[in-house]
Amino acid sequence: MREVLESVPSRLDAAPPHPASRRRPQPLPWLAGALLLLFLVIPVVALLWKAGGSAQFWPALRQPLVVHALRLTALTSLISLGVALLFGTPLAWLMARRDFPGRGLIEIVIDLPLVLPPVVAGVALLMAFGRNGLLGHELRLLGLEIPFTTTAVVMAQLFVSVPFYVRGALLGFRLVSQDVEEAAAIDGASGWQTFRHVTLPLALPGIISGGILCWARAVSEFGATLMFAGNITGRTQTMPLAIMTAMETDLNSALALAVLLVIAAALVLVVSRFFTAERLQR
Amino acid sequence: MKRPLSLALILILALALVACGSLTSAGAGTTTAVSTAESPDASSTMASPTGEASPGGAATAPKINGNLTIFAAASLTEAFTELKSEIEAANPGTKITLNFAGSSALRTQLLQGAQADAFASADTVNMAPVVQAGDVSGEPSIFAQNRLVIVVPANNPGHVNSVKDLANSGLKLVLAQEQVPVGNYARESLDKLSADPTYGSDFKAKVLANLASNELNVKDVLAKVQLGEADAGIVYATDAAAADQTKVKTIDIPDQFNIIAQYPIAVVKSGANPDGAKAFIDELLSPAGQSIMAKYGFIAPPAH
Repeated sequence: MREVLESVPSRLDAAPPHPASRRRPQPLPWLAGALLLLFLVIPVVALLWKAGGSAQFWPALRQPLVVHALRLTALTSLISLGVALLFGTPLAWLMARRDFPGRGLIEIVIDLPLVLPPVVAGVALLMAFGRNGLLGHELRLLGLEIPFTTTAVVMAQLFVSVPFYVRGALLGFRLVSQDVEEAAAIDGASGWQTFRHVTLPLALPGIISGGILCWARAVSEFGATLMFAGNITGRTQTMPLAIMTAMETDLNSALALAVLLVIAAALVLVVSRFFTAERLQR
Repeated sequence: MKRPLSLALILILALALVACGSLTSAGAGTTTAVSTAESPDASSTMASPTGEASPGGAATAPKINGNLTIFAAASLTEAFTELKSEIEAANPGTKITLNFAGSSALRTQLLQGAQADAFASADTVNMAPVVQAGDVSGEPSIFAQNRLVIVVPANNPGHVNSVKDLANSGLKLVLAQEQVPVGNYARESLDKLSADPTYGSDFKAKVLANLASNELNVKDVLAKVQLGEADAGIVYATDAAAADQTKVKTIDIPDQFNIIAQYPIAVVKSGANPDGAKAFIDELLSPAGQSIMAKYGFIAPPAH
C-alpha cells in the first residue's frame, strides 16, 4: 500500500521554483502582495502595541472571566470541530464520489451559512430550536431547552463554521485520483480499507486546511452566539463575548483580551502548519 | 480558460462584499431587528457646509440647520425618532442621523474619537467619563427620567406575577449587562429589594442565579422576552409601553424599590455642527420636545 501511495504524485506537492536566473523580474505581484500584507499586518501590530502599552494589560488578564472564557472557547470550538469532522467528512466524501440528484443544490445549502450575517444565523437558530421555535414543542417534550445553554454555543459555532470544513474536505477528496482507489480495490482492499489507507491520507491536506478554517471561525463566532446562547460567564460567554463585555467597561481591558485571543489563535495556526508541512513532505 | 477565471473573480468580489456587510452587522449596537441602529453618517456630516449659525434669542423657535449626528441610548429609540421627524419637518434641509446603542457602547465610541454632535445617555455614569475626557461643551442637561418595570411574555411561561416571583428557581431571566444603564439600575433595584425583610437578604443572589443572558442593550432584553425565549426581563417603563402589547405583559416594581433613571444630554466637541446640537437640545427641553418624551412614557426631569 505504501508503494502505491508513494508512486502517486499528489497535486498539492509544491514543485521546486525555477532557478532565479530563468525568471523575469515582475515587480507588480510583489507590490500588490506587499500592500495586502501590510493591510493585514498593521492592524494586528497596532492592537498588540496599544494593548501592551496600557497599564491595564496584566490586571485585565487576571479577571476571573478571562479563564472562564478561554476554557469555554477551547471546549466549545473543539466540540464544534469534532462534530464537523464526524458528520462533514462523510458528506464531503459523498459529494466528491457519488453523483446524485440535487448534489448542486446541496453544495449551495452547505455554503448558505457563509453568506448569512452571524446575527441572522442566531435568529434563525432561535426560530428553529427556541422555546417557541419550529421544533420548540418537540424539544420540550424530550425535556430539552436549548437556548441559553453551552449546547447552544456549540450549535451556533457549528452552524457558521461547518461550511469551511466541508469545502476543504470536498476539495481534498476531489483531488484524490480514483485510479489509485481502484488499484487498491483490485489489490483486495475493502471499501473502508481503501478510504482509511488511500483516500484519507491523500485528502488530508484539504481536510486539515478545512479543519483549521472551521475551528478558527468557531472561535471567533460572536453574533449568533449572543443571539442564540446568550452571555453568561462560565456557561456561554466565549472569548469574543468576553471582549465585547470588557469593551463596555474599559477599552484597554478589551484590548488585553483581544491580544490574548490573537496570540492563542496564532499559536494554534503555527502548530497546525507544522503538522501540515510534515504531511506534505511524506 | 478565461471565462471561468473571470467568473471566479467576480464571485470572489461578491463574496468579499457580502462578508464586509456581515462584519458590520455583527458589531456591537446592531443586534436584533428590533433595535435598528443607524450608524453615524460621519462622511456626510463632515462634507456638508455648516457655516450658518443658528440665530440667537431673537427667533421664536430654535432654527436647526445642516446635518446632525446624535448618539442616543437605545431606550430613546421611539421618542427620538419622532423628535427627529418633527424637527426635520419644521426645518427643511436639516438631516438628523440617530445612532442608538447601549449607553456604554456609545461612551466607548465617543472616547475613541467617534464624531457626534450630541450624546444622550441613559445615566450619568456613562456621561461622566465623556465629560471628564473633555469631549463635551458646556454642562450636560437632564432632559428626561425613567423607571424600571418587569416584562414577561404574554403567555407568562414562568408564571411571574409579582417581583417576588423573580427568585423562583428555574426561571429564565434576561437583564442588560451591568455596564449598560438599565442593567446597572436593575441590579441597584435588586439591592433595594434585598434590604427589605419581605424579600430577604439573599433575594438578589437568587434572582441573579436565574440569569440566562447579559444583553448589550435594553432593546435586546425586550426582544428576548417578546420572542418568548426568556421568562422575564427588566426594562424601562417606556420600552414596555413601546412593545407589542399582544406579546408582552408588564409587572410593576413598587416605587420604594424602583430606580429613577436620569437621562443627560450634552453637546459633543467632535461634531461639526455645535450650534445645531445646541438647538436640538433646546428643542428637546422645550414644551414641544417634552410632550414627545411624555407621550412615550418618560417622566419629566426635575424642575431647575
